[in-house]
Amino acid sequence: MSATLEVEKLAVSYDKVEALHGASLRVDKGSIVTVIGPNGAGKTTMLAAMMGLLPSRGAIVYGGRDISMMPVEARVDEGLCLVPERRELFSEMSVEDNLLLGAFSRIRRGAGKIDGDIEEIFTRFPRLKERRRQLAGTLSGGERQMLALGRALMAKPQLLMLDEPSLGLAPRIVRDIFHVIASLRSSGVSILLVEQNARAALQVADYGYVLELGEVVLEGPAASLVTNPRVAETYLGLAGAAD
Amino acid sequence: MNPWLPVGGLVAVLLAAPLALSEFQIVLLNYIGLASIVALGLVLLTGIAGLMSFGQAAFVGVAAYTSAVLTTQYNMSPWLTLPVALVLTGTLALAIGAITLRLSGHYLPLGTIAWGIAIFYLFGNLEILGKYSGVAGIPSINLFGLELGGARELYYLIWLMTIGASIAVRNLLDSRSGRAIRALKNRVTMAESFGIDTARMKIVIFLYAALLAALSGWLYAHFLRYVSPQPFNLNSGIDYLFMAVIGGSGAVWGAVLGASILTLLKEWLKDLLPYLMPQSGNYETVVFGFMVVLFLHRTREGVIPYLTRLMPRKDKPRPSLEVAALPRRAQPEAGGTLLSIDQASKSFGALQAVSNVSFEMRSDEILAVIGPNGAGKSTLFNLVSGVLPVSSGRISFLDQRIDRMTGREAARLGIVRTFQHVNLMKNMSVLENVALGAHLRSSSGVVASSLRLERAEEARIMAEAARQLDRIGLGDRLHDPAGTLPLGAQRLIEIARALAADPVLLLLDEPAAGLRHLEKKALAALLNDLRKSGVSILLVEHDMEFVMGLVDRVIVLNFGQKIAEGTPREVQSNPAVIDAYLGGIE
Amino acid sequence: MNLSLALWLTQDAVVNGAVYALLALALIVVYTVTRVIFVPQGEFISFAALSLATLQNGKVPGTVHLLIATGLVVAVLDGWRMAKTRDFSRLPRLVLFNIALPLAVAALAWWSASRPTDVWLQVLVTLGIVIPFGSMIYRLAYQPLASASILVLLIVSVAVHYMMVGLGLVFFGGEGLRASIFPGFNFDVGILTISLQSIGIVLSSVVLMVVLWLYFGYTVYGKALRATAMNRIGSRLVGISTEFSGKLSFTLAALIGAISGILIAPITTVYYDTGFLIALKGFVGAIIGGMGSYPIAAVGSLLVGFLESYSSFWASSFKESIIFTLIIPVLLWRSLGKHRIEEEEEE
Repeated sequence: MSATLEVEKLAVSYDKVEALHGASLRVDKGSIVTVIGPNGAGKTTMLAAMMGLLPSRGAIVYGGRDISMMPVEARVDEGLCLVPERRELFSEMSVEDNLLLGAFSRIRRGAGKIDGDIEEIFTRFPRLKERRRQLAGTLSGGERQMLALGRALMAKPQLLMLDEPSLGLAPRIVRDIFHVIASLRSSGVSILLVEQNARAALQVADYGYVLELGEVVLEGPAASLVTNPRVAETYLGLAGAAD
Repeated sequence: MNPWLPVGGLVAVLLAAPLALSEFQIVLLNYIGLASIVALGLVLLTGIAGLMSFGQAAFVGVAAYTSAVLTTQYNMSPWLTLPVALVLTGTLALAIGAITLRLSGHYLPLGTIAWGIAIFYLFGNLEILGKYSGVAGIPSINLFGLELGGARELYYLIWLMTIGASIAVRNLLDSRSGRAIRALKNRVTMAESFGIDTARMKIVIFLYAALLAALSGWLYAHFLRYVSPQPFNLNSGIDYLFMAVIGGSGAVWGAVLGASILTLLKEWLKDLLPYLMPQSGNYETVVFGFMVVLFLHRTREGVIPYLTRLMPRKDKPRPSLEVAALPRRAQPEAGGTLLSIDQASKSFGALQAVSNVSFEMRSDEILAVIGPNGAGKSTLFNLVSGVLPVSSGRISFLDQRIDRMTGREAARLGIVRTFQHVNLMKNMSVLENVALGAHLRSSSGVVASSLRLERAEEARIMAEAARQLDRIGLGDRLHDPAGTLPLGAQRLIEIARALAADPVLLLLDEPAAGLRHLEKKALAALLNDLRKSGVSILLVEHDMEFVMGLVDRVIVLNFGQKIAEGTPREVQSNPAVIDAYLGGIE
Repeated sequence: MNLSLALWLTQDAVVNGAVYALLALALIVVYTVTRVIFVPQGEFISFAALSLATLQNGKVPGTVHLLIATGLVVAVLDGWRMAKTRDFSRLPRLVLFNIALPLAVAALAWWSASRPTDVWLQVLVTLGIVIPFGSMIYRLAYQPLASASILVLLIVSVAVHYMMVGLGLVFFGGEGLRASIFPGFNFDVGILTISLQSIGIVLSSVVLMVVLWLYFGYTVYGKALRATAMNRIGSRLVGISTEFSGKLSFTLAALIGAISGILIAPITTVYYDTGFLIALKGFVGAIIGGMGSYPIAAVGSLLVGFLESYSSFWASSFKESIIFTLIIPVLLWRSLGKHRIEEEEEE
């Protein structure tokens, strides 16, 4: 299978401190890859660097081309999209306007009508349709995550990067969100999923990486990681006691 | 390099200067000295504390006019008008500061522009100040019978005061108060949680800067012997800020350097441009503005930080531990109720971050609060440490209500915390960061610090900080800037800083995140030691392995509610907990 | 004070207040989008008013030369950047906006100078001269510093202000100029004499505000600007670049400044540094709106207009002191409503 994204020895420093020490990973076209690890392992840093929000060293090869020098906006034009941990919605704008701006990069490059695309998002997330005129800041946590996902999909990304989509959500909502993520695979979008909820992440993913203290310490097909004793012990937390 | 070497060199050059220079050059040097004194105040205010002021020229003007009016109309001696000018300017600064300093961000500079302009127009319209024509015939200063009438004579007084003020500000920055002042920039929450009264500190340095401006104004009036509104307008206020920024607003000598660069640049442009562009003059401001923009594009931090990078770093010696320890507080009796949380709730708009959480904690206990991300753990922490007030419910600490207390008041009771997102001053040394923790165990103020009368206490603070750093195993990194250490080490520094505050209740927010296996073990051992010495510890943690081996009891939060409480083993087998953590998606 | 005087002062207040409100809007847009406190806003006013008056005197204003020169500098800098990255896809745009457009404006200005009675052509040329400066100034002075602190950006603003005032003096000299657009026609409504010019100003301000309101509320680009002001990271993640929103907001500021300048040119004698004081009053309005709320800022600007107009009657020499002291109680009121909200910017 051809790779959508290949990251080689990615390193990121804040001030003089290195937070990510040469992590390498690969996302195949149409696959879901997850990166799991404890708080402070460098997961969010890694996504921010891939998106261009943080300067980094190493190669980020996307669609056969090194994009590590591109600004964020150019990466969006190329089909990269990040749903950050804090969602970063436009809180004083309506749900509909948030979705509209999700397509900004396409509109600027001359996309015509996008009303149909907004309707498509509404079919995927009926809740958002009910709230289309409501301000994004007034939405519940689950709805905000749906809007963040919807806004990202409006850009018609080829690689969608999700940072902790389950954060702070009730189990039922988490389930919904993960179903959406799984369903995106069939539409050909490649997904890089960063999660604390390791079990849920490994259930939807094809392949997984374990990041610890800024380094990839383990990788493998998701199914094999779930049964890996080290993962079970550390990242599935209480698993040992539960059984 | 000896820190006094450049000072000594500068003094020598300054002493010899009048012998070699023309009258005009002396006048320029006097202007540089006068401007340096004002810019020094801005280094403190803007560079160090992050409070921007465009209004310093107005303070210079108030003092200059005060002395002008009192000496010409009431025949007072300049030496008597100096204290009057200082008091008057100081009072005005206190009044203006009380109003404008509460504002953060962009309000403050805009506010200073506003009162700067208002005071300027007042100068130009008040009858007693001679309206726009000003006050003339101001007497010169008489020093022990010596008439300081000319620029050459006044030169020594001006530069004596410039150097004196520079040294005072430098001393201040390297002291207990100086650390508090540096925390005003972007670290207010942290500073408050170590008992620093940031609002008061802001007023104090605003006053300090205003008094420096007043000193310059007084000298100015008796140097020119004539005052008019023009030199105290907004443009002058802007120039002072330019000086501080271009020199390097974070460094004391930046003020003198910036004042020199700007004064000389303006003078040079005035001389040079008519030759280059003779057809129509007045390109000065254009070229001047252009050079400032170009300069900031090249080096945003100013000249001094640029120069310091070129020089080798030289560490101070390790602080001596052979000094009397700082006073310690009595720990409460072991086993009694230390902290009691009763139906505490906190909501942010529609979001209920913590709802009706109750639990008690004994002294000498290590208690962990666990739960998935977003469960409300950090909010609960902020409630206990006074960073946030509760929406409802009560929190008591040793039978005292603390739910409406500020972080500063909680710190006084011995509730000390670390922050999940490391909250250190990255450019300050590790040692200084930890020393800030001991703020409440010492008392020297701004005046004592400026005059170096607090060295004995300072030595005790430094010894305490060094001791705590030894304790967490970072005793060999004392003088490194805190921002250059790995994140795990920075978390440990946070703990050392909290320990320097001599806590009764230590609140640790994810202390083990980012630590390696052995480091975690060492941390657990340290926390155990602390408990033995009577300190109680409440910690929020994600790392189960770390928590399970260490703590006495665990509280589990999910969606803001307490879902379980008990020993680690009990909690581990609690079905609600397993569900909260592992609730997969099937 | 009798009624007719009060009405006359009120008319004055509303006319001035309307202009201040426009400026407050420009300042708020620029600040919220780019964090730049745009001190040189007033220079757009002076440039526009004085360029218009110069054209009416049958001469080509010096601002035209400045426009050509500034455009060339931008073209060279960006051209150099393109050569380094070997990406020439935006070269036609670059040449069009920074070389062709200034030259076209210059040609029009030269033609217009020979037709001193053609007011609308002069207005068009004036707009053509001033508006492009918005994005050029952003490109040259601010874009390289997009991530700098508010303090550094403010200092740059002040320096740019110095440069523009200095250039204004070079181009237009120290003498004031006055232009005329609307015929000097007055009519009486009861005891009040209303000039056509003041109606023109208020009407134009209102129309411009409505147009801007529609722009921000109903167009994708307007929404993109608002989005940037609300959430910088969020807007970058949907592909709204800092450069794009910076240039757009500065262009709007230049547009508003140019129109304000054209509006006030007939009612007051404009000097090279007049714009600064006018814009400062817009600042007072913007500060009343907390540099964020436009409706409050508009009301605040009107308040400034009233205060100025009435205090110039009662205590004319303390007029400026009164207006700028007004900010202090406003700040006090704002600070009382605010509880320990501190922006913890990273170092």
